[in-house]
Formats: sequence, structure tokens, C-alpha cells
Amino acid sequence: MAEVPSNLKFLESHEWARLEEDGTVTVGISDHAQELLGDIVFVELPDIGKEVTQSGDTAIVESVKAASDVYSPLTGEITEINEALVDNPEIINTSPYESGWFFKIKPQDIKEMDNLLDAQAYESSSES
Amino acid sequence: MKKTYLNEFHQKNNGHLVDFAGWEMPINYGSQINEHNLVRTNVGIFDVSHMAVFDFSGSNQVEFLEYLIPNDVNKILDSKRALYSPLLTENGGILDDLIVYHLGENNFRIISNCGTREQNYAWFNKIASEFDVQIDFKSDASIIALQGPNAIKNLSSLYNVDIEKFHLYQDDEVMIARTGYTGELGVEIISNASKGLKIWEHFVSKDIQPIGLAARDTLRLEAGFNLYGSDMTIENNPYDSNLSWTVDQSNEDRDFIGKKALKHLQESENCLVGFYTDERGVLRSGTKVYFEGGEGVITSGTWSPTFKKNIGFCRITKNFPETGKSILRDKEINLHFCKTNFLKYLK
Repeated sequence: MAEVPSNLKFLESHEWARLEEDGTVTVGISDHAQELLGDIVFVELPDIGKEVTQSGDTAIVESVKAASDVYSPLTGEITEINEALVDNPEIINTSPYESGWFFKIKPQDIKEMDNLLDAQAYESSSES
Repeated sequence: MKKTYLNEFHQKNNGHLVDFAGWEMPINYGSQINEHNLVRTNVGIFDVSHMAVFDFSGSNQVEFLEYLIPNDVNKILDSKRALYSPLLTENGGILDDLIVYHLGENNFRIISNCGTREQNYAWFNKIASEFDVQIDFKSDASIIALQGPNAIKNLSSLYNVDIEKFHLYQDDEVMIARTGYTGELGVEIISNASKGLKIWEHFVSKDIQPIGLAARDTLRLEAGFNLYGSDMTIENNPYDSNLSWTVDQSNEDRDFIGKKALKHLQESENCLVGFYTDERGVLRSGTKVYFEGGEGVITSGTWSPTFKKNIGFCRITKNFPETGKSILRDKEINLHFCKTNFLKYLK
């Protein structure tokens, strides 16, 4: 059974968002997503400073099986990227919600978080 | 979907099951890269019982096989041995690749791919009608591959036998062939399902890891083995598929299906070669490759866990230089061409 932490918000396309104390939002892909992808071998992360939109394609995650777009849960600006994933993308498979984070956003409008699925809604949508 | 007799085991042991040519098969048991590395460094077991097993009877099997395939079955008549060959049409097109096993006088077996089983059964029947040959298309076969540097050591816990490469051991319950699709030491064990279950459970009890079909694919690609349906189809012939070595014309009097057509196909302008790149992004089947004076297309591509590069095969025009390029997500990727046996040439 894939893990779905209750403190996170989700896009139906399997990205999670975590609001941090400093007002930035950390983004990654869910346990379900990494399971579906299988062993991840490459990521293509956005540049710091890039402007992103909610549900716009922002990064790429590639497993041995296939490459997949990663969408931004919010509109805003990329403030940080997880460089560790460049040489060790397998971290996403082993720790999708912690060490496997992809990028951080300074959100334009934090109220956009209301458009996202809560953990329970995501869990139901990903099970169907 | 069809299931092998080990389906319940796969389900209970974290096998991620997918539809593979109409069969429910485990693509991995958690991590295909892990499973791949285990086979390269230690040992693993594969359930490949979805593959098709045909047992022959009748007095004309040698004549039938001499005609059926471009490789010459006479080469394996001196002992219990296996022979790899493509299966061709009259036009020299490839229907499948398969292995013929010589188990004794008028005692042959063929194992072929799963997706082509019905096609092959119909084809064998059609050709066999000209000979005194009968075909038993086995429905209850177990095929277990045990592969890796420690494969023979692990086999000895059940069968303490010394089998030469491409040779066979047989008793009244099993046939063990020193063959494989991984490039490692190993065997393939054929028996009925009930014996197979005992053999599988024995190896599992010795903590040997089951390996899924995804790892099987990255292993065979590193070893330089073609995959029918990807690297060769009916549109291809042995000469553009790196299989000219399987066309044995040493006995000029031997007629075989496709012989006449192959004479012209030898001038084929394409060949199948390997490629690799250290640049980022997996170059997959169907992606075009370009080089000075020619171009081609990738037939199989993947991430190589052993070499930590992107590798694959491509069918390109013969005049190829050392390097070429491909395009992935609007970016140019530089690649090197090489022989398909990466294990041997990419040290």
C-alpha cells in the first residue's frame, strides 16, 4: 500500500506540496508515483528563478521504463532545487516525501493550495 | 491473461504483474536495477514459463529441421546440444528466433518466444506436413532460468552435473541446458509444472532472488542479444539484424526456407549495431539517429545498470562513422557506435 502523508496536498498527477514555515512550498512526487515509475535514473530540474504556473510542466522524471512530466502544484517562482537528485535520482524511489523532494516554490498566491487534493482525496483518486 | 504456474508465488512475493504478450508476468519484484545487479554479481532465477515449448517425434526430424532453419542442425547431432537460429519466411524475413535442442536420435525440442507461439505452431505444422514429423505443443512446461556467476554453484545443490556451454543434461524429469539470455554463466531448466514448482521453491529457500522481465531486458541488451519484435521483425533479415553468423551455407546442397532470397539480401544496406552515450536521458526504441552520411533508428534502448550509460541497438546504414547523434526532448545527444555485445566491448 503506497504511503500518503496526511499533512501534504496533492495534484491528481501525483505531485505533493508541503507548505514550509518560511512560506515556501516544497514539491515532490508521491510514493504511488515512484512505484508506478520504477527505478528512476534521471531528473531534469527547472532553473532557479523560473516562473511556473499551477499544473504547468516544470520538471521531468525518467525511470528505466519511461519519462514523465512533473507539474507544479502552484503558480510562483522556483527558489531552490534538489541538486542531490542529479547524481542520485534513486533517492526519489527510497524517500519520495523527504530526501526525494524536487524543488521549492515561492508561491504567488498561497490560496491556490485550496485547489489541491488533500491526502484522502488523493488516495481515493490514485486508487481508482 | 494467461498465467504461469508460478503466478501465485509472484503475487505473494511483491511481483509487479503486467500483461506481457497476453500473459500476466512479473516485470520486477521491487527494483529492476537491483535485480539486474544481482544477476551480474551473484545469481537470480527467472520464471520464463510463458515461452513456447515444442517437442517433436517422427522419423524425419533431422530432414525437417535442415529445411526449417538457416542454421545447420547437423552441427549438434554429435551430442546433446542446443542451436540458436532465426526462423525465416521464403522471402528471408524473420518470423522469430528460437533454440533447437538435440536430445537424442529423432528426439528434438524447440523453444521459441511467447508472442509468436501460435504463429510458430501453425508454421511448424505446415512445414512438417511434408515430412514424417509430429509436433507436441506443450501446455504444461516449466522453464526456469538460473543465471549469474554463482549459478552453477547454486545448481549443484540440486543437480551436481557438469554441463558444457550450449550442451544439455537430461533425466526423466528435467532437461537442463547451459544456455541463457543474460550473458552470465547459467542454465535453463525445463520440466513439467509440478517438478518446476519444487525446483523454484528449492532455489527460493536458498534465498535466491526472483528476477523480473524488466531486468531480463536490460541484461540481454548489455549482452548483445536481439529481442524479436524490437530488434528484428518480419521486415528484417539475418543480414540487417546482426545474425549473418546463423546462416550456415557450408553444405551447399542443403536447401532451407529463405535460402534463395538470402542471396540477394546479403547486399542489404542496413546493419544492426550498438550505441552508447554518457549524456543524460534514455534513448528509446523508435528514436532516430543521425551521422555524417547516413541515419537510422534505435530498435532497443535503455539505461545500463552495469555501465551506467544509456545503451541500445540501432539499425543504420552500413557506412557509419564512430559517432553520431540523436535528439531527445529537443536536445542533441552525442553517441558512440560500437558492437552490440557491450559486456565484451565496453569494459
